Amino acid sequence: MDHHATTPVAPEVMQAMLPYFTTEFGNPASSTHAFGRQAAQEVERAREVIAAALGARPREVLFTSGATESNNLALRGVVEAALESHGSAHLVTCAIEHKSILDTVADLRRRNVTITILPTDREGLVDPEAIGQALQPDTCLVTIQMANSEIGTIQAVQAIGKLCGEANVPLHTDAVQALGRIPVDVQALGVRLLSLSAHKIYGPKGVGALYCHRRVRLREQMTGGRQERARRSGTLNVPGIIGLARALQSAAENREAEMSRQAALRDALWAGIQERIPDVVRNGQHGGLPNNLNVSFRHVEGEALLMAVKQFALSSGSACTSDEPHGSYVIRALGRSEEDAHSSIRFGLGRSNTQQHVERLLEDLVTAVERLRAISPVESPSAATAGGA
Amino acid sequence: MNAMGPLPYSATVLDHFENPRNVGDVAGTAAVATVENVDCGDRVRLSLRVADSGIILEARFRTFGCVAAIAASSMTTEMVRGMDLESAAALTDRQVAAALGGLPESKVHCSVLAERVIRKAIENYRSAAGKAGQEAKQ
Repeated sequence: MDHHATTPVAPEVMQAMLPYFTTEFGNPASSTHAFGRQAAQEVERAREVIAAALGARPREVLFTSGATESNNLALRGVVEAALESHGSAHLVTCAIEHKSILDTVADLRRRNVTITILPTDREGLVDPEAIGQALQPDTCLVTIQMANSEIGTIQAVQAIGKLCGEANVPLHTDAVQALGRIPVDVQALGVRLLSLSAHKIYGPKGVGALYCHRRVRLREQMTGGRQERARRSGTLNVPGIIGLARALQSAAENREAEMSRQAALRDALWAGIQERIPDVVRNGQHGGLPNNLNVSFRHVEGEALLMAVKQFALSSGSACTSDEPHGSYVIRALGRSEEDAHSSIRFGLGRSNTQQHVERLLEDLVTAVERLRAISPVESPSAATAGGA
Repeated sequence: MNAMGPLPYSATVLDHFENPRNVGDVAGTAAVATVENVDCGDRVRLSLRVADSGIILEARFRTFGCVAAIAASSMTTEMVRGMDLESAAALTDRQVAAALGGLPESKVHCSVLAERVIRKAIENYRSAAGKAGQEAKQ
């Protein structure tokens, strides 16, 4: 139940990819023979499928190795182009972006790019008006994720897009968690750049794409064979690209029905937790991503809880499991305590999860939380009440 | 959030995590202390029942912390029982980690709070005993 981290490759995606490892192995850049031309044709067909799914033009879709590269290319590419033409650059983002945004932003700051990192409210939402106020004459890019991978909060990207459009500042969004779960249409959103990844939508790992509006200037980060209109050199991952397109098609076909199914499971899980486990707090936005639930089980540390319910693959924002000494930066950005970050568990539902899973998980959670709280030094009055309940 | 999940722990660690020994509080003792690792939020409370001879008759713990923190606390209570206060005060975090069949290096630093909590509990016990002694003299 950790589908925000990754998903398995769907059978139809695997089937679609297989021929491109063996019989259809051509390099799309080899235009002098049929193998290459055939591969190029299939890649262009995949590009059309992806562009259509996003409401973009095919030439605005460029393939990458995944969302980390897409985010790097978007941020570094736009900022460097702005620096080349204006000599200065300012970028606006928010505190709960993925590390591939925040670490890139930190690197750009070291290169004398001015950065504004906006806070969020308690649900993880960025105020679009705050973005409007943060814009400067040299703002070259605003980057705000569509949905958060830990707490599922869905940002008001459309409102931000409108505002950026009026100010003539391109908006980039990291749509990795949103894709396949909520509608993603670049026109409707008003975004000029968008990152996506295949392995979060039942496609293969190691392939993704960047949508980049035709009028956005992007300084290439990979130089070499001038693939992808010289914006991203490197031999294309043909099977991966075919898989990405196929995964996107599947996701689009079943999205609404599958997402209401997952949302119902998620709601049942949260209702069960609230009913049976006292002193819990939900992190993030009610009505966020349909497959996400993030809960702090107070007085219980996340890694211990993960181990106690180890039949289920979950993740935690605790210091032990998140590589962050003070616990998840996302949970803390919501204004929660470090202890709440250490006590947070993320549930990420996926296609394979059923009502039975939710019921079994709930049983395991009730037992584990009771057991671990009985060990915990309970000191706050609310916890004392919880212990007696 | 890098979902590393639970680390590969030794069988002894898992046993002490799943079946922790001596959970709870020794009632009415001055030999009690709570210490916290401010870096990762782990918190341990240790309480001891000490005989007049200075031998630890009983040790109990409560811990908010990860798998290693809970197992180390449990192991600590097992190790100090039957020790005199001097030996208990000399117990090291490394000895506790070794008794657990080893811990990942990062966990020895962040999750084993044995040294600090034992010494603090003994200190509290001695200072209470000192006060009681002074009061008795007066």
